[in-house]
Amino acid sequence: MNDYDAGCDDGCAVHAEGLEKRYGEKRALDGFDLTVRTGTVHGLLGPNGAGRTTAVRILSTLVRLDGGRATVAGLDVARSAREVRARIGLTGQYAAVDEVLTGRQSLEMFGRLFHLGGGRARARAAELLEQFDLTGAADKGVGDYSGGMRRRLDLAASMILAPAVLFLDEPTTGLDPRSRGEVWDSVRALVAGGTTVLLTTQYLEEADRLASRITVTDQGRSIADDTPDGLKNLAGGDRIEVVVAERSDIPRVVKVVARVADGEPESDDSELRVHGSVTDRVAALTDVARTLQDEGVRVEDIGLRRPSLDDVFLRLTGHRTEKEETAV
Amino acid sequence: MTVPGGGDYKDFLMPGMFVMTTAFGFINTATLVVHDSTKGVIDRFRSMPMASSAVVAGRGMTDLLVACAELGILMLTAPAMGWRPDGGWGFLAAFGLLLWLRFALIWLGVWLGLLVPNPEAAGGLFAVAFPLTMISSIFVAPQLMPDWLGWVAAWNPISSTAAPARDLFGTPVGGGDSWVEQHALLMAGVWPLVLTAVFLPLAVRRFQRLSR
Ligand SMILES: Nc1ncnc2c1ncn2[C@@H]1O[C@H](COP(=O)(O)OP(=O)(O)OP(=O)(O)O)[C@@H](O)[C@H]1O
Ligand SMILES: [Mg+2]
Repeated sequence: MNDYDAGCDDGCAVHAEGLEKRYGEKRALDGFDLTVRTGTVHGLLGPNGAGRTTAVRILSTLVRLDGGRATVAGLDVARSAREVRARIGLTGQYAAVDEVLTGRQSLEMFGRLFHLGGGRARARAAELLEQFDLTGAADKGVGDYSGGMRRRLDLAASMILAPAVLFLDEPTTGLDPRSRGEVWDSVRALVAGGTTVLLTTQYLEEADRLASRITVTDQGRSIADDTPDGLKNLAGGDRIEVVVAERSDIPRVVKVVARVADGEPESDDSELRVHGSVTDRVAALTDVARTLQDEGVRVEDIGLRRPSLDDVFLRLTGHRTEKEETAV
Repeated sequence: MTVPGGGDYKDFLMPGMFVMTTAFGFINTATLVVHDSTKGVIDRFRSMPMASSAVVAGRGMTDLLVACAELGILMLTAPAMGWRPDGGWGFLAAFGLLLWLRFALIWLGVWLGLLVPNPEAAGGLFAVAFPLTMISSIFVAPQLMPDWLGWVAAWNPISSTAAPARDLFGTPVGGGDSWVEQHALLMAGVWPLVLTAVFLPLAVRRFQRLSR
């Protein structure tokens, strides 16, 4: 785990120390720490109820903190809320775009709300529609947009003033894989343009694709802060899995998998399954598949599995991700 | 249907309908506010560098414009049913009284919109609003009701807007002789002020509580 006491030199866009937030008896944040370096995408990974939305809402000045200290773009969120607001963009967990307007009208409206003036609001809207690949649908009602298009419009709306720091709360939850890819591309483009992004997600894969650093949260605390590779290694990296038809084949398969796996493979007799962690995934898969075929072992299924948030959790906390308690 | 003073029931009812439409407007406000807050629109505005009063003021302006349009349509169709108002200043004054009531109810709507958990619950406000408008002088004159009910109906704020509206539209009917009915025009000015004094601070407090 990282040392948060070091404070924050000028290379950091978000810095939070010991954030506390209580809702009645419930501690939504309980000593939450976070450091996001300027110009990077930082992932905030955690299960339901971990406190990610609460952290984002505090950092974007929507709720007051009960304890701790946070700066965004070098400004204290409690004391300089208005100045912070001029430097951030927020895309909440639910798309906040008006269904009766067209995409272009929505962006122009937000532009005017930011005091851009008619001409500049129009120009900025056109620019953003282009950037987020929405020009074709610009004059259609948002009600007819797909989930991915709405999300991109939502992103565009939070980018009107080209904020220094952008908060994205679960930007792809509920989207199909294609829409998800579109949103990812947009986020990458933003960062290429110099924006710092703090993104919450429940998916290790998403954090891995986008973020250069990931903070894992659980029960209102940061329990790990690492690179995606670091976390994946912690979770045991990628795994190869073989399911055989005959139980008697298991020892033979264990031996084959052992040749490519890091450490001893594990086997599960009841599910007829053998699995081990691997570094060079494709080479391992090819090698194991070929050897098993040569040896004439009947294989039901063979494949690679990426580690999930659940695997990371198991390693960090010794327990699986829990469903959020309902009692408050 | 009998009307005190022997007037035409249409002349009694139509201004009452305008007041009822105006009064129900608070449900529109509440529905839109709860929609905006559950959809995250309010959060987005609050994360922008603008005064939160601007968010509420914007809502209020829109709702007043919508109310103008609604009343306009209603007043254009009412003559087809035999309602014959006087034109002129009285008409405009009556219109102004209606908007003054609508203005006060914006704050009730904003407060309720921030209070109820979802848009469905906001729809449920009709169940409360209906009896509240029934016990008024909208459909039946209070002096024709049982004593206690008539008293409540006469003191209903929307009754105080309805009575002077009937006069100002040039379709007057006899009023009751209780104090509040004798001073209906005064109360048409005072009631919305009272409503604003109560619900504007409540709405503001509720809005500030969003950041708890
Ligand atoms: N306004 C609130 N009132 C009461 N409890 C709240 C409130 N907001 C959050 N909580 C509680 O605080 C905890 C953290 O919530 P938060 O929304 O930050 O989690 P999260 O990590 O974003 O998870 P998810 O988005 O999956 O719900 C939860 O237990 C939640 O029930
Ligand atoms: Mg959340």
